[in-house]
Amino acid sequence: MVTADLKAVVEGLLLVADGPVRPDRIALALEIDVPQALAMLQELQAEYDSGERGFVLHLVDGGFQLRTRPEHAEWVRRFCKSRPFRFSRAALETLAIVAYRQPVTRAEIDYLRGVDSGGVVRTLLDKRLIRILGKKDIPGKPLIYGTSREFLELFGLHGLADLPTLKEFNDLPPDMLAAIDVSPEAQGNPEESAQS
Amino acid sequence: MPYQIDLDSFKGPLDLLLHLIKKNEMDIYDIPIAEITAQYLATLEVMKHLNLDVAGEFLVMAATLLHIKSRMLLPRDAEETAEEVELDPRVELVQRLLEYQKYIAAALSLDALPLLGRDVFVRSSPEVTEGEVEEAEWEPVGLFELVAAFRDLVQDNAEESFHEVDRERLSVTDRINQILAALAVRSSLAFTDLMVGVVCRSEVVVTFLAMLELVKMRLARLLQNGAGGPIWLYAVDDTGDGCPVQDEALGYS
Repeated sequence: MVTADLKAVVEGLLLVADGPVRPDRIALALEIDVPQALAMLQELQAEYDSGERGFVLHLVDGGFQLRTRPEHAEWVRRFCKSRPFRFSRAALETLAIVAYRQPVTRAEIDYLRGVDSGGVVRTLLDKRLIRILGKKDIPGKPLIYGTSREFLELFGLHGLADLPTLKEFNDLPPDMLAAIDVSPEAQGNPEESAQS
Repeated sequence: MPYQIDLDSFKGPLDLLLHLIKKNEMDIYDIPIAEITAQYLATLEVMKHLNLDVAGEFLVMAATLLHIKSRMLLPRDAEETAEEVELDPRVELVQRLLEYQKYIAAALSLDALPLLGRDVFVRSSPEVTEGEVEEAEWEPVGLFELVAAFRDLVQDNAEESFHEVDRERLSVTDRINQILAALAVRSSLAFTDLMVGVVCRSEVVVTFLAMLELVKMRLARLLQNGAGGPIWLYAVDDTGDGCPVQDEALGYS
């Protein structure tokens, strides 16, 4: 098959795919090698970017996915009659803590936020935005949490490295920074058993 | 002094403290602890007046503030100062506030990303494609999904076994060989298919163990399409119609 045709086929595959498509999946289906598949995906991506297209080819969790442009959100929402959803502040804070500090325990989240986060964590688990990674090998064996694939898809990130950089609030001035250990465990914050 | 407070908007004591610091244009690195404690307590008073449930966390923070205040009032023990590095009692609190502020900012920047289903959309919303589950990408099953599936099974097989059958002990080894035989015919089995004909809990457990052993011995693989999708047991091809498993190879009898 000619390369131009192949690229059209790839475009078709992207259209029918039900999630982000990794280059190796395309390579497998078209019996080409992965770098070639990746090259074509990137070509398509550039084409959509440059032309006045209503969609872009977005890199999500290592795969490519056709998505509408964020600047068209209003119109698409109106067309789909979908109501814009909002995250609660508690959910966003918790999600941010899990995203940037994973693997993280409930007790650490509670400590950082200064409030009990059990309900929020459960909701995020139900929405599959975070998942249980395992248990921490400390007394009480609390569960540890991390973000999920769904999290990357929702926020359109191609990996955790793609998270917005965490602004360092220029830490303490040196004279105050004497000798402090600020890991949550070191602050006499008893690890509760995260089993519930 | 009257305070105007939007009570609902405080997500917790740290949030309230940050608000007070910002409102009074205090230096976060040099918090006037007496002043902020007074304002903090006054806010709690207001909350009580309004019959709001003051969450325990707010009270803990009040205690912390008072503790810091008292430590700052007390003259320093000369010996202690000599031994330890002089530590501002406020350091831990400041550190927490800064850390919290950092995650508030992170939360905001997450929210600013184009969210799927809010700012950007894909061709069809995931919930519509219910009919084409087969097409979904296979992914390895996680431990916790497996545990959840097992829990469902045990619950389904609760106390249903009234009829007393002769106790025929099914060993893990037997079960492994049965599964292998079934896999030789069909090459893939649904997790729930494995349990067809299983009557009691112990058989569920034996079957589950057999399945785990198969995976451990790399004679089978567990795959699932999409989170929450059905779990499938796949034969690993290259072993072919291998030899039956011997008892001694396992820790079970």
